[in-house]
Amino acid sequence: MIHRILTIVSLLLLSLTWCPSIAHGQSIQPTIQRVQQRTVKVFGAGGIRRLHAYSTGFVVSRQGHVATVWSHVLDTEELTVVLADGRKVRAKVLGAEPQLDLAVLELQDKELDLPAWDLEADVSDAGPGTRVLGFSNMFRVATGDEMVSVLHGVVAAKAPLATRRGAFESSYEGTAFIVDAVTNNPGAGGGVLVTRAGRLLGMIGKELRNSESNTWVNYAVPISELKQPIQQIIAGKYRARQRDPDETNAVARFRPLQFGIVLVPDVLFRTPAFIDGVQPGSAAARAGLQPDDLILFINGDLVQSCRVFKQSLGRIDAGTVLKLTVRRGDKLLPVELPVPETPDTPETPKKPEKPEKPATAGDTK
Amino acid sequence: MRLLRRLLRRVRPLADRDWLLGSRAWLVVLVILAVLPRVSFAVDPAVLAAEAKRIGVASRLATSVVAIFSRGGRGGGSGVLISPDGYALTNFHVTRGAGTFMKCGLSDGQLYDAVIVGIDPTGDVALIKLLGRDDFPHATLGDSDTLKVGDWTFAMGNPFLLATDFQPTVTYGIVSGLHRYQYPAGTILEYTDCIQIDTSINPGNSGGPLFSAGGQLMGINGRGSFEKRGRVNSGAGYAISINQIKLFMDHLRSGRVVDHATLGATVTTREDGAVVVDGILDESEAYRRGLREGDEIISFGGRSVRSVNQFKNILGIYPKGWKLRLVFRREQVRTETLLRLRALHRASELTGSSKPKPKPGRKPKPKPGGKPRPPTRKRPPVAKPPEKYKHLHVKKRGFANYYFNQQEQKRVLSGMSRLGDFSGAAGAWVLAGKTAAGDAFRLTVADVGVGLSWKQKAYFQELDKASEPLDEPKGSGGLLYAMHMWRSFLAKREKGFGEFFYLGSEPLDGVGARVDVMISELGNVRCRWYFDRKQGRLLGFDSQRVEETDECEIRFSGDIDLDGRHWPRTIRVSSAGGVLASFGVETVTMKAGAAQ
Repeated sequence: MIHRILTIVSLLLLSLTWCPSIAHGQSIQPTIQRVQQRTVKVFGAGGIRRLHAYSTGFVVSRQGHVATVWSHVLDTEELTVVLADGRKVRAKVLGAEPQLDLAVLELQDKELDLPAWDLEADVSDAGPGTRVLGFSNMFRVATGDEMVSVLHGVVAAKAPLATRRGAFESSYEGTAFIVDAVTNNPGAGGGVLVTRAGRLLGMIGKELRNSESNTWVNYAVPISELKQPIQQIIAGKYRARQRDPDETNAVARFRPLQFGIVLVPDVLFRTPAFIDGVQPGSAAARAGLQPDDLILFINGDLVQSCRVFKQSLGRIDAGTVLKLTVRRGDKLLPVELPVPETPDTPETPKKPEKPEKPATAGDTK
Repeated sequence: MRLLRRLLRRVRPLADRDWLLGSRAWLVVLVILAVLPRVSFAVDPAVLAAEAKRIGVASRLATSVVAIFSRGGRGGGSGVLISPDGYALTNFHVTRGAGTFMKCGLSDGQLYDAVIVGIDPTGDVALIKLLGRDDFPHATLGDSDTLKVGDWTFAMGNPFLLATDFQPTVTYGIVSGLHRYQYPAGTILEYTDCIQIDTSINPGNSGGPLFSAGGQLMGINGRGSFEKRGRVNSGAGYAISINQIKLFMDHLRSGRVVDHATLGATVTTREDGAVVVDGILDESEAYRRGLREGDEIISFGGRSVRSVNQFKNILGIYPKGWKLRLVFRREQVRTETLLRLRALHRASELTGSSKPKPKPGRKPKPKPGGKPRPPTRKRPPVAKPPEKYKHLHVKKRGFANYYFNQQEQKRVLSGMSRLGDFSGAAGAWVLAGKTAAGDAFRLTVADVGVGLSWKQKAYFQELDKASEPLDEPKGSGGLLYAMHMWRSFLAKREKGFGEFFYLGSEPLDGVGARVDVMISELGNVRCRWYFDRKQGRLLGFDSQRVEETDECEIRFSGDIDLDGRHWPRTIRVSSAGGVLASFGVETVTMKAGAAQ
């Protein structure tokens, strides 16, 4: 009873002090139109083994530079960008920062003069509780000149993505906007998170799954993290960040290539360990391994993925015999390879613009 | 401040009763809140008003939402009432496993019996009828074309079959995209021109309503993109637009298994973005009207075509048999034509196992089927229909429930009695007069044959058992045989044909007012009879001698009253997109015995 009276009183008092300047109820239609004009659909590699061949991007220069998420989709010469008005334009990767999951594309048609985001003037920051909209080419629902999908939500937190092995494995480890809407769907990576007033907050990241709880996190990388690399890549002055020191100082271990085995690109959360190629004259070639063989067992242990295979390989002893079981067609074949006396020494990626992609949560089951 | 002090003084005696509430801290807090307007957590009255409105709309709408359970109680979904006499919409995939009679719960906590009326397996829509009341609360159909991306929507239904008291679950979200096309996924089911929402849709929501913020029915929720997060909302749900359902509504009320349409041509996108024909059936009407491979599609059904999906979107919302305007271009020559859409499926595809086996190795995209039951789908034991309502279901091939077709036939044909009694008029009918072009004609319709003398020529159609329907006069689509059909219909009604049923409604000649359509079949000859919806007046009919040929289109107007029988004053005959003649009737004679 007293509670209620107190509440009523405080409400009365507060209504006396109500400040009419609180903006409310304005239409989000202008924002939606403005953002959709600046969002593009990216089509590239994939389409096999449950890999989506599409993602999203946002226009960051009138000359046709598009920022997008760095993923397997870009791993092709045949990269197509579909503009908001449905026009198809060829594109190439101008530069990338894999640690930020960022890539910048250059559209091949120079005469476009597109509506673009101004990374200085159009950007904003937001804290928990900010109402936001997410724009993306998720599930490739929008085709032709259809506009990308719009979701609504609230920023739940602005916090570091606590990535760690075995749980959230992401190459991006900085601060991120965590949202309550299901923004991070297949193909949504590279889309944008904006305020309801249309201020740019972040780039929607790749799908990210916690393998322990089988839950997914919906997040966006703040533009403040991406602005400089984007501008530097466009200006041609960008140098990729150095890898973590403890990764470059990793202990010497055996690698598939030392046996002449080239695995398929490790792009899924659990990419099956298919052999993509066998180097001529290598141990693998001598043992009769062939492209498309699926490695099932290593020294009697089940191989669930490319990563598990690489890890297991790193643990074997020099001078022993490596026993593999591969599946070819419907047959299981045992294969033995001699293990050399010295393991490989780790090296830094030779081509910084195309390093081996860290596997993130992708298309699982 | 004086007001504040007065208020505080009134609070104190009450507050003193309780140490915690009576402590000065409360007063301090109140004072601080009062003097610091900028840090207030005051709720904008506009927000409160919006909330109150939302709550009002939601509680009003909840009464029209149906929780559907199959009679075996093994599954279910959602639905929405659309008329006081109990018609309700849901998904076909909800009713498919539920049998002909279902149990439906409303928010009043009551359980009602319901019977299947009509189904659209391709569009994933089913019409059912709740029984036992004629004052059901129901939703108002909106205009889904007025929706805009970003508009707020309510989805209501029974996700995860949670509500044991039938109170619907309400979710609120925005329109994410419009005019979306969702490919068939292992079934014939196809979502065209649908509404994409981020409003949460989960298994069990299937068949439930999507309302606009104002409370108008905008669609039926039925599907979602899930892929790998399990069968729960993943931010992309799809609703069949109510505007599509409106086009099918009378078809569904006919108790039939209704089909969608195809043009008989497939299209693809050319390098320059134009949508062009890349395949066409020689026997299609589109081919007969001149459409060829390589032709560019400009517009279809009054909407411009800029992508293949757009073309599919337009096609997908119409029932088979509708006439749509097609505009196409070949080498700068623009052609405009009106085409009757062909059936998308064979009858067996729709009525047989409506779910073809999914291709091996390809899992069909999961749908919010509202059927949280084990995947080993054995036929549920067929529950006995309620004794009281047993008569409301009549089995017939091609129909979900023939009972409703019978009812519609009665309704549409009731207007026919106004034309007078033709049942005794067994002899020859002679209609004579002049065409609009001034040529005299004389048409004789009798049991043994039909004859026409016109422009110094005589045409004849024999009517013994062995005679085939002819295209006489040439290019008319078989006017003489059509006249025989007309006489049969007037004299014998449905008894003059092998098959006779109510089809639904469609715009007359693709552009006119909606008319009721009845279908008659006799041998290969199929007629579509058109009736005015208000008075049940017979407006005309189209007669097709043989499948895949141009119809003879007859339109009646005017009235000649002769001994209580009403004859048309003008009979306009068209075929293949052109008018053959408009016959002005001056005299009508009825003779006993054979003619000519």
